[in-house]
Amino acid sequence: MTTTAAPPTAAPPAAPRRSGAARGLVTHPTAGPLVALLAACLFFSFQSEQFLSGGNLSLVVQQVMVVGTLALGQTLIILTAGIDLSCGAVMAFGTIVMAKLAAEGTLPPLVAIAAGIGVCALFGLANGALVTFVRLPPFIVTLGMLNIAFALTHIYSEEQTVTELPGLLTGLGETFPLGRTDITYGSVLTIVLFLCFAYLLGRTAWGKHTYALGNSPEVARLTGIRTTRLQLGIYTLAGVIYGIAALLLVSRTGVGDPKAGQTDNLDAITAVVLGGTSLFGGRGAVLGTLVGALIVGVFRNGLQLMGVGSIYQTLITGGLVILAVTVDQFSRRKVRR
Amino acid sequence: MKRTFRTALPLAASLASAALLLTACGEGAKGSAGSVGSGPVKVGLITKTDTNPFFVKMKEGAEASAKKSGAELSTAAGKFDGDNEGQVTAIENMVAAGVKGILITPNDSKAIVPAIQQARKKGVLVIALDSPTDPQDAADALFATDNLKAGELIGRYAKAAMAGRPAKIATLDLAPGVAVGQLRHDGFLKGYGIKDGDPAVACSQDTGGDQAKGQTAMENCLQKAPDINLVYTINEPAALGAYTALKAKGREKDVLIVSVDGGCTGTEAVKSGKIAATSQQYPLLMAAKGVEAVVAYAEDGTKASGYVDTGVNLITDKAASGVSAKDTAYGLENCWG
Amino acid sequence: MSTPVLKARGLVKRYGQVTALDGADFDLMPGEVLAVIGDNGAGKSSLIKALTGALQPDEGTLELDGAPVRFRDPADARRHGIETVYQDLAVAASLDIASNMFLGREIRRRGPLGSVLRMLDNKRMREESAAHMADLKIGLRSLTQAVETLSGGQRQGVAVARAVAWARHVVVMDEPTAALGVKESGQVLDMIRRVRDRGLPVVLISHNMPHVFEIADRIHVQRLGRRVAQIRPSDHSMSDVVAIMTGALTVAPENGGTVGAEQR
Repeated sequence: MTTTAAPPTAAPPAAPRRSGAARGLVTHPTAGPLVALLAACLFFSFQSEQFLSGGNLSLVVQQVMVVGTLALGQTLIILTAGIDLSCGAVMAFGTIVMAKLAAEGTLPPLVAIAAGIGVCALFGLANGALVTFVRLPPFIVTLGMLNIAFALTHIYSEEQTVTELPGLLTGLGETFPLGRTDITYGSVLTIVLFLCFAYLLGRTAWGKHTYALGNSPEVARLTGIRTTRLQLGIYTLAGVIYGIAALLLVSRTGVGDPKAGQTDNLDAITAVVLGGTSLFGGRGAVLGTLVGALIVGVFRNGLQLMGVGSIYQTLITGGLVILAVTVDQFSRRKVRR
Repeated sequence: MKRTFRTALPLAASLASAALLLTACGEGAKGSAGSVGSGPVKVGLITKTDTNPFFVKMKEGAEASAKKSGAELSTAAGKFDGDNEGQVTAIENMVAAGVKGILITPNDSKAIVPAIQQARKKGVLVIALDSPTDPQDAADALFATDNLKAGELIGRYAKAAMAGRPAKIATLDLAPGVAVGQLRHDGFLKGYGIKDGDPAVACSQDTGGDQAKGQTAMENCLQKAPDINLVYTINEPAALGAYTALKAKGREKDVLIVSVDGGCTGTEAVKSGKIAATSQQYPLLMAAKGVEAVVAYAEDGTKASGYVDTGVNLITDKAASGVSAKDTAYGLENCWG
Repeated sequence: MSTPVLKARGLVKRYGQVTALDGADFDLMPGEVLAVIGDNGAGKSSLIKALTGALQPDEGTLELDGAPVRFRDPADARRHGIETVYQDLAVAASLDIASNMFLGREIRRRGPLGSVLRMLDNKRMREESAAHMADLKIGLRSLTQAVETLSGGQRQGVAVARAVAWARHVVVMDEPTAALGVKESGQVLDMIRRVRDRGLPVVLISHNMPHVFEIADRIHVQRLGRRVAQIRPSDHSMSDVVAIMTGALTVAPENGGTVGAEQR
């Protein structure tokens, strides 16, 4: 282990009973990002009276659900010490496939959605197969796949934005009232997905194996874990999640847009990193990713409310990523004996 | 891992409940738009990107106008040319911030429509700048240069300047499916008196309005048809790229380059003879007029509507008979960028 | 003479032009600590991998308790009761101790929580881990701490405890003391003794002659892809053994698993 290797997701070095709350906060991977998120919220609530309104907070969640969901898939892959540059492009292709099939009207909308998610899953499978069996570096494989998905999107869509979609595709963008605030179904779906994967990673053998694979594929293999199947499954699953993100995107914008998602791959990686997951694999948590995505959304929204131009939002997000990684490393090193 | 989940779940739960709490009590008496006290009128400007000098100038025009009328301008942009979701997010955030009106150059004329409709439903005046929405009446008004007319003007000039010589034309266009590029292209052909698919058009390439890509496109066109003698370009950067490519072949003297846009660098290039002529448009005017319209709307509720042309002039020092033109001195005085 | 627990005859493994194993034999007797030594490139690792399913020999046979076996992969060897502690590859650093003990063999909750939701029984796994650790007298404060927060010796302890907990036939340890300090090495050697005392034979691969002489009942000397000697540490000096290892000294051909070696 190198000294930079952060202690894990799991558990403070001492039994929790004996460890102070503060210590738990420092060692918990999601704690730092969460504190940052709350601090940002506090700051913006002083800067803009609109910020803390229910409508605005619901808006922030809506705005991060697409990138957040992509980042969920991305987290799974990064936990295995991989990276997926193709996620945004794959999502865009899924978007176009489901939108076009549904708009043409020859297929029932549900089948169109399934087909869109299906092609995303196939891309995930292809990524996974190339990484697992051909043993190519994930960076290169997914870079290639990014271009393939991008091109297919433009070929298949004929550069046309698809409109006039059936209600089923945009249903997740509909809202229901909670108190006096409208919440979109998509926001709920996103949060439920995150909770599901927090459970799967934290409480099932599959989750432990995923972390073990990220720590060291060789250790995992020698322990008897079927690493090839596991890795292939994770990439495919990530593809399915991108497909769900595609549906969320369609529902959010109400159209199938071939130009969507071009920077979403890096945005998703940003959310993962802000959420405290290590790019070296094996350490992190999906709920951190949700917090990371929310941090980006809160800054974008809060700065807009303050009237700060979008290029400064980009500037600040860049600074935040570096800050997040630095703080994370620093606090973990300190705790480490 | 168990520990992680155990601590993470309450964290998430408390986060969620905090959000709900805020949601429930935060949605106070504040209306969604416009009713935030008697402060300055808030105007939002959403450009395609932050980086294109055209939009930078547009922003400056809006800022100057806002200052003059005591309005408060906030700006945002898509992350890349074609980024619809970023613009949707910006609209939502601006509406949340309580703007009275939004000026937008849509990245995707169709895909942006649902978000614009949402904003208008909340009483926000939405004016499309530069490029129309699809359908055009999705926005309250369109303040734009007439790109078809600008193209037509330069096409007529080209026809006159060629003085009956048979033309071999290269068109260096913008990008597939983008209205501005399509309109200028169509206008050029119309002004020249030919139709798409005419054998006189020897080569058509997309440049994204970028100088390097313009150069590459011209190089490729010269490979395809070495005897090209007329080059139409989407804007001056593309034109300068084409000039560089032609110069490398020693052809810069006997090829006529015409363009659309009329930026200052571009107009300088007309003055120095690299570009024969350009159709100059006035983006600062659009933004300035847009801000004025929003302020008028805030003051007495008059809504701007329909199409407002901000004008176009042919700029050249080599006037061709039958086409009225201004010289580069005028062009430099009125150019943007 | 009892039947060897694990026996190999004529193992061959080639990688292109390189022959890693060149007709290697191997015998592990019940209840013994057998050290496997050899110079770098002598084929120790390949031998161990072949015995634990991590590689498939091109030729040769394996017998477990006198019955012929073939291991497709490490999991297969493990199912046959052979547990291995790999050098540097023992544990998943970011997982806690209990998770590592049960990695790949997790216990699920009883009832629908386990069968439908696949929820793990972390409590039971921690309790069982604690019992195993206590058996080997490995003192740790908390089983929920990630193994990367442990010292090298403790980490090795986790790996050994896991191997011992699951081994029914053989425990194989590849350089278990290589990365450790004096005190920690002592702890690991103590652990090996305790494993042997429970009746499990141990195969110990090591470069460290003092450790080998301290703990091994017999020594298998590997050279140029085959076994060149089987000796008792009490019969030979360390320098003799090193001489055999390097080829400076040769021993009479063995006769079918007999213990001992003769000097020329």
